[in-house]
Amino acid sequence: MKSAVVQLPGLNRDRDMIAALTRIGGKPPATVWQTDTELPDVDLIVIPGGFSYGDYLRCGAIAARMPVMRAVADAAARGVRVLGVCNGLQILAEAGLLPGVLMRNASLKFVCRTVRLQVENASTVFTRHYQKGQVISCPVAHHDGNYFADAGTLNSLEDGGRVVFRYAEGTNPNGSINNIAGIVNEAGNVLGMMPHPENLIEAAHGGTDGRALFESALEIAA
Amino acid sequence: MIRARITVTLKNGVLDPQGVAIGHGLASLGFAGVRSVRQGKIFDIELDGSDRAKAKADLEAMCRKLLANMVIEDFAVELLP
Repeated sequence: MKSAVVQLPGLNRDRDMIAALTRIGGKPPATVWQTDTELPDVDLIVIPGGFSYGDYLRCGAIAARMPVMRAVADAAARGVRVLGVCNGLQILAEAGLLPGVLMRNASLKFVCRTVRLQVENASTVFTRHYQKGQVISCPVAHHDGNYFADAGTLNSLEDGGRVVFRYAEGTNPNGSINNIAGIVNEAGNVLGMMPHPENLIEAAHGGTDGRALFESALEIAA
Repeated sequence: MIRARITVTLKNGVLDPQGVAIGHGLASLGFAGVRSVRQGKIFDIELDGSDRAKAKADLEAMCRKLLANMVIEDFAVELLP
């Protein structure tokens, strides 16, 4: 499967994401700049982490209004897989491709550590190489990962199995409601998550728990 | 030219950890009796033209489309004299 990585000023995890997609997918992803209005013909679009536009106004708010995001929204509506990690999730939420919002961490501190994630839904196209209930390690590095949504939205996320990753008991680093770490859209082809699976894909990273996410999304046999 | 001030605040019920921290800061400076602090944002905007009704409508659209995140924030538009 072919993939593309969206690049915007202020993102800084794009090279990590390109390295992960190249290593696992066997070929480098295309790259797309913020002003591009058309995307290459790909099966997976990834919005990586960082601090697009310096987090001005709100995290992801300006990036979400850039031309490339209209193209991403069109692709998502056609069923193309879209993965947003960290700032990528914030951008997807600001763009309305995922519900809710990422607020300042409850501790007010930037958190940079490895957390435990429980895989709540292993039947999405992004998680089918995991087991439901499996607990994996994953690094986080963010200041605004405190997921919040109104009660109606939360109910529909929970009832629809759309909470894909939850921080395991006692490891919630940011105060997110219901310990939410990652969610999918209703159609199941857009996943946003705060943790960084691209930073845990080979022994040198200290573990490989993130690999299965890319193997799932790129449909590569584990 | 029309001048406007837009105020964006968190909706009631949305936890504001920054406001809480500011409240703690005030208390540590010795200001007693500060019950709560909610922080927000102010945008001062200058617009071309003189149609105040259109300006109000445009500013409200700006709030809904970018300046406020309607999931957690409310906004108020004030046209200045």
